[in-house]
Formats: sequence, C-alpha cells, structure tokens
Amino acid sequence: MKNIAFGQYYPARSPLHSLDAKMKLILAVLYIVATFLCKNLLSFGALLLSAILLLLMSRIPVRIVLRSMRPILFIMIFTAILNMFFVKGQTELWSFWRFHIYLEGIYSAAFILVRIVVLILATSLFLTYTTTPIELTDAIERLLSPLRIVRLPVHEFAMMMTIALRFIPTLTEETDKIMNAQKARGVDFTSGGLISRARALIPILIPLFVSSFRRADELAMAMECRCYRGGKGRTKMTVTHLRMRDMVALLLMVCFGAGILYLNRLGIGYTL
Amino acid sequence: MNQPFIHAKDLCFSYVEDDGRRVPVLDHVSIDIRKGEYVAILGHNGSGKSTLAKLFNLILEHDSGELVVAGKDLMSEDLTEDDLYALRREVGMVFQNPDNQLVATIVEEDVAFGPENLGVPPKEIRERVDRALSTVGMTEYARHEPHRLSGGQKQRVAIAGILAMKPSCIILDESTAMLDPHGRREVIDTFERLNREEGMTVITITHYMNEAARADRVIVLDDGRVLMDGTPVEVFGEPERLLAAGLDVPQCTALIHALRKEGIAVKGDPVTTEECADIISKLLEEKGHGNRHA
Repeated sequence: MKNIAFGQYYPARSPLHSLDAKMKLILAVLYIVATFLCKNLLSFGALLLSAILLLLMSRIPVRIVLRSMRPILFIMIFTAILNMFFVKGQTELWSFWRFHIYLEGIYSAAFILVRIVVLILATSLFLTYTTTPIELTDAIERLLSPLRIVRLPVHEFAMMMTIALRFIPTLTEETDKIMNAQKARGVDFTSGGLISRARALIPILIPLFVSSFRRADELAMAMECRCYRGGKGRTKMTVTHLRMRDMVALLLMVCFGAGILYLNRLGIGYTL
Repeated sequence: MNQPFIHAKDLCFSYVEDDGRRVPVLDHVSIDIRKGEYVAILGHNGSGKSTLAKLFNLILEHDSGELVVAGKDLMSEDLTEDDLYALRREVGMVFQNPDNQLVATIVEEDVAFGPENLGVPPKEIRERVDRALSTVGMTEYARHEPHRLSGGQKQRVAIAGILAMKPSCIILDESTAMLDPHGRREVIDTFERLNREEGMTVITITHYMNEAARADRVIVLDDGRVLMDGTPVEVFGEPERLLAAGLDVPQCTALIHALRKEGIAVKGDPVTTEECADIISKLLEEKGHGNRHA
C-alpha cells in the first residue's frame, strides 16, 4: 500500500518534463484551442503529426498512454459511429434502409476521433504525465493569482489541493487497516448483492470519517503552531522563473497555431 | 538576563463542557523555566500536561494567573496578532502523531512551510531548510515523500520544520508516544543534541519515565497541580509519591530502591539504565573481592 503513485506522473528526462509547469499549463490550453481550429484534412493531419511528435518527445512508453485511453474508448467509438451515420453530404458511399453513409460522414468521424485523441494527449502529455501534482498545484496558484483582486481564494484552493494530495496515501493506508480490522471481526466485503456490499462499507466509512476529522483538527493546530495565517505575507522557497526553453516552446506553439490556420485556408478535401 | 524564559504563576485553566459545566484542568500551576533548560513534564493521562504546553504558545488561553513567555505577557490586553505569531515562532511545538503535522508532499517543502508563512525571502528559506534537515540528519531524504518514511524519520522532519523557524524553545508534546523504540531513540537523540549543542530550551511532555530521567529537570503534574519539581534524582528518589500519582518509576530506580530495602548499600542515584548497570557491576566486583578475602 505504500507504493501508491500520485496521479499518473511518469518520471523521465525529456524536454517536456523540463518545461516550467506554468508554461505547460498555458501550452496545454493553447494546444486545446488549436485542436478546435482544425478544419480540413491538412490541418487535422498536421495536428495528428504534432501529437505523435509530442508523444515521442515526452519519452513516455506508448503503451502507457494507450492504456490511459481505454476508459474513453467507448465514447470515441460512439461519437465516430454517430458522425458516420448522421452527417449528410453529397457523395453517398453506401445506403441501407434508412441509413446513408456519405464520404463526408467518414471524414467527419475521423476528424472527431483525431480531435478527441489529441485533446486527451494534450492534457496528459503536457500536464499529468510530465508534471508532478505539486508542481501543477503551484502553477495553478501562480497563474490564477491575479484573480485574488476579485477575492477569489486562490491560495486557499491551492493549499487544499496540497493537503488533499498529502493525505491520499495516509488515508488509503488507514482504510486498509480499518478493512482488515473489520474483516477480523467477521465483516464480509466480497459476497452478497450490491446492496449488502454497499452496506458492508458503512463500518469502514464511519471510522474513516471520524479519524479524518480528528486528523484535520490536529493538522490545523500544527499549522497554526507553524504560524500559518493564509496566503497573507507568505513567501515560497522555490520560485520558478521562465527560462529560454519555455519561451521557445511558447513560440513553437504559436507558430503551430498559425500553421493550422494557414492549412485551413488551403481548403483541400472535405472541410468541417 | 535573569528573567526566566517561561514564567508561570498561579496558572488556572478550565474547559467548558457541552452542558456548560466548567471542568478545571490546571489548578494554580507555578513554574519557571530558564533559557537552555531541558525539562521533562510528567503526568498520567488527564493530568493537564498537554494543556499546560498549549498555553505556552497561545494555542489555548489561560483563565487566570500570570504567564510571561519570551518576555511577553500573554495576559496583557495589547497583545497583537503579530505578537502572537512572533511567540509561535519563538516557541515551536511538535505533536504526537507525525502524520497529522506534515503539510506538504515533499520533505523539504514541508520543512519550508514555517519560514514561508513567516515571509522569509526564498534564498534564506533554502538555507534554513538545508540547515534544519542536516541538523536532524535527514538531508538525504530531502526530496522524499513523507508517507514513505518511518515514524521516527517523520517526527525528525517535523522537528526540522520547527527548527527552520529558528525558535529558541521547542516543546515536544508526547512526540515519541507513537514511535517504536528505535524511532523514539532517534527523536530523543535529536532534541537532546539540540539542547546540548545549540542551547535550545527543550520541554518534553511524556509519560515514559526513562525519557524523563534523561532531562535536567522533571516536573510532575497530578490532577492539574505541580506535584514534584526537581532533578531526576530528587524526583525519582521518592517512588512512593510517584506511585500515588499513578506513575511508575524508571525500572532502574525501582531496582536500586528494592536493593536498598534489602539492606544492600548502593552508592549513587542512577537514573539512566547505563549508569545503573555501571553501579551494579561495580558493586558485584567489590563483593567478589570481599568474598575471596574472607
């Protein structure tokens, strides 16, 4: 139980790992925007190519990334089929009873598929796979800090995230202990119907809740003893500065976006 | 500077039950603790020892009596919020459960938490964190995740987190109670070294007699009153009073007392196991010589 990894972070040395978390957050947003700018075969081709390049650059094993896509496989197939059957066009390829499949439908299905895949790749390659949760939390805090002017509790939100991350393994371990204790008292978690199984969880959840409240209380006291008083007048040990490589990455991303827009105008093949 | 670091006189504290009843916890406690002292506060459960410690850095507020800590009168009306944080920086506190006092997911980030709250410039935080980690011997674990450490290591990280705030006094509120003997050893060694080498005032709250026996001074609380206050030799020299307060005596003191009762003249008043072993082995040697001559 001690080896629970936080999120999906995959430790490696790669250009993507070495970028500043704030920049990666911005890049991810820009890349997502770029996926929605794509309109025709050329731009979608370029998008797919760029995603493959990013994947290779991140040095994350392809099978790990593919595995993470499995949960949304159904949605992907479902959307593709819907597009295939319901997009009307000029070139009919095949028809059966009330279903007509057009070339445009096939294109549209493929585009949607590429878009979904790239959207997931964008967030996972820029963020979850190459950035530790703590870096991510810090980056969010920094990027959102201007919102403090409109009284958004940015620091408090980041602090909550950090504490949540810190206590995931502690509480997992505790759940395990309570489960064993209840098993020793004869609670059966593995048999019976859905309802009786759900009911068997009650003797786990109640002690877990009680102890979490106690922990929260003690933690709050310990934090007070360490002079915590919210974000007011707080400094940070690690101050990350944007470096040359971050700027280069941003420039590349902007160029990529411009390239997509240019390819859109060439208008070769089907246009979405 | 003749003024004691902590000056408490006739300190009273009670908490209010749900039904409005006041339950007295501390009853006219008077203690003076000097700078650089190594004090153990002993007492069984409910004796008020943890409550007393929490009054020292204003986690709790006392009802009546005098309490001056680090030159600040904690009863005075014009105690500002800044004074409060200054006091908490000065008097650091380490708690019982190591899991419930670490905030960050990386050891060095956690140690940095205190100085970050104080608004120390980043470069200086880095220096303080490195120094604090090396003081507790955890430098090689700086980039580790706290949940992968042992209890003793976590507690040392917690101590480092306090040290990084540069306090002049550290209070350990049963900080060794949840640890295995090895972890307990690590933590005790750490704060004893701080006391000896850095002149840090150490107040350890415990119910382990052997731990208390190592301190310069032992204060025994019973039912919210100071029952005994003196050197370990003085305090453990009266096992009857300790037993009456629901406390044990350290095993070696009990042994020496039993030997004396049997009419064996044991010299000295050992409080630690090593001292005791030394004295008894010397005694046996002397006895051996005596027998041969006879």
